[in-house]
Amino acid sequence: MKVRILVSLKPSVLDPQGQAVKNALHTLGYQTVKDVRQGKVFEIELDNTGRQTVDKLIPEIADKVLANPIIEKFTWEIIEG
Amino acid sequence: MKFGVVVFPGSNCDYDTFHALQNVMEQETVFLWHKDSDLQQVDCVVLPGGFSYGDYLRSGAIARFSPIMAEIKKFASAGGLVLGICNGFQILLEAGLLPGAMLTNKNLKFLCQHVYIKIENNKTAFSRAGRKSQVLSIPIAHFDGNYYAPPELLAQLEERKQIVFRYCDRNGRLTEEANVNGSLHHIAGLINEQGNVLGLMPHPERASEKIVGSDDGQVIFQSIIDYWEKKPGGRKKKAGKTVRPVVSPLPPLVGSL
Repeated sequence: MKVRILVSLKPSVLDPQGQAVKNALHTLGYQTVKDVRQGKVFEIELDNTGRQTVDKLIPEIADKVLANPIIEKFTWEIIEG
Repeated sequence: MKFGVVVFPGSNCDYDTFHALQNVMEQETVFLWHKDSDLQQVDCVVLPGGFSYGDYLRSGAIARFSPIMAEIKKFASAGGLVLGICNGFQILLEAGLLPGAMLTNKNLKFLCQHVYIKIENNKTAFSRAGRKSQVLSIPIAHFDGNYYAPPELLAQLEERKQIVFRYCDRNGRLTEEANVNGSLHHIAGLINEQGNVLGLMPHPERASEKIVGSDDGQVIFQSIIDYWEKKPGGRKKKAGKTVRPVVSPLPPLVGSL
């Protein structure tokens, strides 16, 4: 089973990297771009332990290690299996 | 007093810190390897600057899982003195020993320069040798030093006087330009509620001798020594100063990867 986890800064936290990317896009003429938020992607392969285990395991891993809950939030989805 | 300087893979201020404590401040100092779980009965643990684990994931995020960190947590909860400098501060935040988090500097640049910081609270174990509002010149060298805490936590930090050092200009004014990395409330140094764990982004070990441009960093180390010598059970300074060579040889790196 493969899971994809997206970690990004909370909306309340300033994202200077996202801002820099947005400014670059504006410089290139993409004026329709309203905002950019940058984040991280993790793809995790798991033993087939069943949906229930995964539902518990992924948020645990994300909270404990992958994201810093003070500044970041995460979403996740099963992409294989 | 006995200091322990923790060495993680990627620490690069460990020797500077060791030198400042042993040769400049004339205190017994040992290295503590990240894989060890013996704190060698030190009186103060120092987490030095650097790039532990290459800053992978987030600065300080991997180092907090080192075996030595479990011991440092126990040591801190028993009231032991812990000082985190730069990457050490980031590790303390990730480990939950200090509140809040670090974001990338507001200008997205690695900042390596002298800054001024102001002592906001000189009643702590890490600042008592300084005067209130005293301005210190100490260098910074970091990419993620933009301190962040949610509003309610910030208010709490202010109320409890946990903000020990703030970025300022040479006259002690809290100007926007002086707050080089964009830290909320100009936070450069933060102490825990119990008053025994301090995180500091500037590097006092790089400002501990006039020959390197500033010895203002000594205020922080001297504070720790004063605090420890005055507390019950703390050993008094020996009457005669021990004669040491100006630069003692540093020990070889401990442990293996």
